[in-house]
Amino acid sequence: MSSLQIFRDNTRAWLEENCPASMRTPMVQEEIVWGGRHATFKNPDSKIWLERMAERGWTCPTWPQEYGGGGLSKDEAIILQQELQRIDARPALTSFGISMLGPVLLEYGTHEQKARYIPPIVRGEIRWCQGYSEPGSGSDLASLSTKAELQGDHYIINGSKVWTSYADKADWIFCLVRTDFEVPKHSGISFILFDMETEGVSTKPISLISGASPFCETFFDDVKVPAENLIGQVNDGWTIAKRLLQHERTMISSFGLSKGQSDRGGTTSSMATVEGAAKAYRGDTGTLSDPVLRDQIAQFNIDSEAFALTSQRSVQESKHGQGPNATSSMLKYYGCELNKRRYELLLQSIGSQSLGWEGDGFANEELLVTREWLRSKANSIEGGTLEVQLNIIAKRVLGLPDMLSMANKTRS
Amino acid sequence: MTLNLVLSEDQEMLRDAARNFCQKHTPIKQLRQLRDSRDATGFDRESWRQMVELGWTGMAIPEAYGGYEFGYGGLGVVLQETGRTLTCSPLIASVLLAATAINKMGNESQKAELLPKLVSGELLATLALDETPFHRPTQIATTAVLDNGRYRLNGHKTFVLDAHVADLLIVIARTSGNDIETPGVSAFLVDANTKGVTITRTSMVDSRNCGNVQLDNVVLSADSVLGEPGQAFPLLDQVLDIGRIGLAAEMLGSIEEAFKHTVEYLNQRQQFGVLIGSFQGLQHRAAVMYSEIELCKSAVVAALAALDDPKQTATQIAMLASLAKAKLSDVFFLVSNEAIQMHGGIGMTDEFDIGFFIKRARVAQQMLGDATFHRDRFATLQGF
Repeated sequence: MSSLQIFRDNTRAWLEENCPASMRTPMVQEEIVWGGRHATFKNPDSKIWLERMAERGWTCPTWPQEYGGGGLSKDEAIILQQELQRIDARPALTSFGISMLGPVLLEYGTHEQKARYIPPIVRGEIRWCQGYSEPGSGSDLASLSTKAELQGDHYIINGSKVWTSYADKADWIFCLVRTDFEVPKHSGISFILFDMETEGVSTKPISLISGASPFCETFFDDVKVPAENLIGQVNDGWTIAKRLLQHERTMISSFGLSKGQSDRGGTTSSMATVEGAAKAYRGDTGTLSDPVLRDQIAQFNIDSEAFALTSQRSVQESKHGQGPNATSSMLKYYGCELNKRRYELLLQSIGSQSLGWEGDGFANEELLVTREWLRSKANSIEGGTLEVQLNIIAKRVLGLPDMLSMANKTRS
Repeated sequence: MTLNLVLSEDQEMLRDAARNFCQKHTPIKQLRQLRDSRDATGFDRESWRQMVELGWTGMAIPEAYGGYEFGYGGLGVVLQETGRTLTCSPLIASVLLAATAINKMGNESQKAELLPKLVSGELLATLALDETPFHRPTQIATTAVLDNGRYRLNGHKTFVLDAHVADLLIVIARTSGNDIETPGVSAFLVDANTKGVTITRTSMVDSRNCGNVQLDNVVLSADSVLGEPGQAFPLLDQVLDIGRIGLAAEMLGSIEEAFKHTVEYLNQRQQFGVLIGSFQGLQHRAAVMYSEIELCKSAVVAALAALDDPKQTATQIAMLASLAKAKLSDVFFLVSNEAIQMHGGIGMTDEFDIGFFIKRARVAQQMLGDATFHRDRFATLQGF
């Protein structure tokens, strides 16, 4: 028997033994485990599941064992993923530490920084948030102006961030700051980490069109941060920032995968497929009675399936050393458009039952469709707008001339 | 089951060799010459002989019948390359469709007699299926009546690839049932020279070789039946799926080539003192096309891999075939239209090659079922 087959058998046996029964049911939003100092576990099984997975490093399967990760090869990690899917296991831990910060720390951090920050990410002990966008710096992220001044062995940080996801619930922030105002905008940025409990940090949730407040405004008023918390070289933070964005885009693109949706607690039983919902709400048993909607759903399902195959192909190609890089922009663009299409089709599929806001007359899962439909509109804005992704594809992949950079050169 | 979505080293070598061959021996210039000279054959016999030598005709045929068992993945990468240069050859008609039909549906003696000749290229065959301007494989009106141990065929076939050069026709006809049922559908091996067979070449917009076939009291011996009389449809459907996937691979090559020419033009044409490729109005449309083409690549490579994976069921393959043909048809439509628009006035001239792609696109979109046909089939297969 091959070593991979042995790994599969052992993994399957371990999961059978250790994944609690309630962790093999579809995720519900209130039970998503984000970890952190103030983590709460609505379902006690979530805590057990996290601890067991973290113990083996399987919350971060391919990260080095030296820092608490699983140390698995790519092939083994794919098998673990397949075995988790086989039993419909919920993600033990969802965190920006795993999907965004960890990979760049492993690439750019010193040994001391990795040893300090990585293990608590694997175990879900520290919850991270992302300090990127600012009120005046959205798509033009590199124009950011939050200032970090070196005073002795500390930086003093002043400024503000916006759209900081879950800043009010996070323990630490990875933050882009300007350390040099005298050089071209991309060359004066640094990447720094600090505790959200530091004096001078405050947050204010932003109420969204969906009624939820996942994003915050975040303010820094003379925040004192040890200089050793800076990752990589001073003024070279843009390299790390861009790399992290690629990881973020890959994460967001998974919203376009039907499986990715359930990870976020978005889709429940009767809404699991668009065609299922469309048939159920019309009382259709065989063929969907609305031929136009049927064609649109078929087109959506075909695109979703082709997209899922493209994500798989991208993983297989990176394993073969052909690398993802700008592919993340294509996946991000397409995955987000698909997720928006899914919710528009769900609205058509269940008619006016998709348009309730709260209270009587609507099932919870119907109200969730309304809210998630509104939430999905952010998909093509967060992590870089769809227009920014298309710019990146045009420039990096297709090699088309960059008029923006020509314009900027003329201006400066 | 996870499909392997990356080419093997052998497949990569085959692709490179096929690309070299097509660029050198069957460039678009050849299609133009064949068209302009109203060539009677419609493809270049010498190039075809070389394709046979390269082994392209035997890719997916068992060794026992003279083939090389290199799989549909191999045939697929070849078709992708012939698609790039819009190569004229009997590969789709004689190899992808007819040889596959005989290999899947034929009995031992039919396979032993015909497959080696198809692999050696000495015999050209094609599939005569469509009867109306639309691909409706379950709606067969051509009749085959059994009379004194012989079949008599009557009917009309259209959009038959390479009909004018085919030595052998695989004619789909009905031995029983009304004309919307699948039971009763049968397949026949018909020598093109049989009395009562009239073949008319049709000149298509893309210069792809097609024809109409009239069948008037064509009398055939009982051993001309391919497969079980009246029970041909399930296997025919599998043959068509292989055809759709192979055609999708060819379409992918054409799409990639049309897109490549278009991006090159954006990087070369100047207006208002700058390259037009610097305009965001064009950049974003190009980036959208790039993304759609990436999905097409995945759909084609997955469908080809499924054909070579014995664990895949006919239904799984049918879904991938309809997925690929629907997606590639839509994207070929998009890319061929944008290619003309982005080339501007020069794209409208016959002198420029880009016009060949929009012509090929429309023909390929309809062949073996257009996007709406396949979305309908996909929805049915998914249970809605």
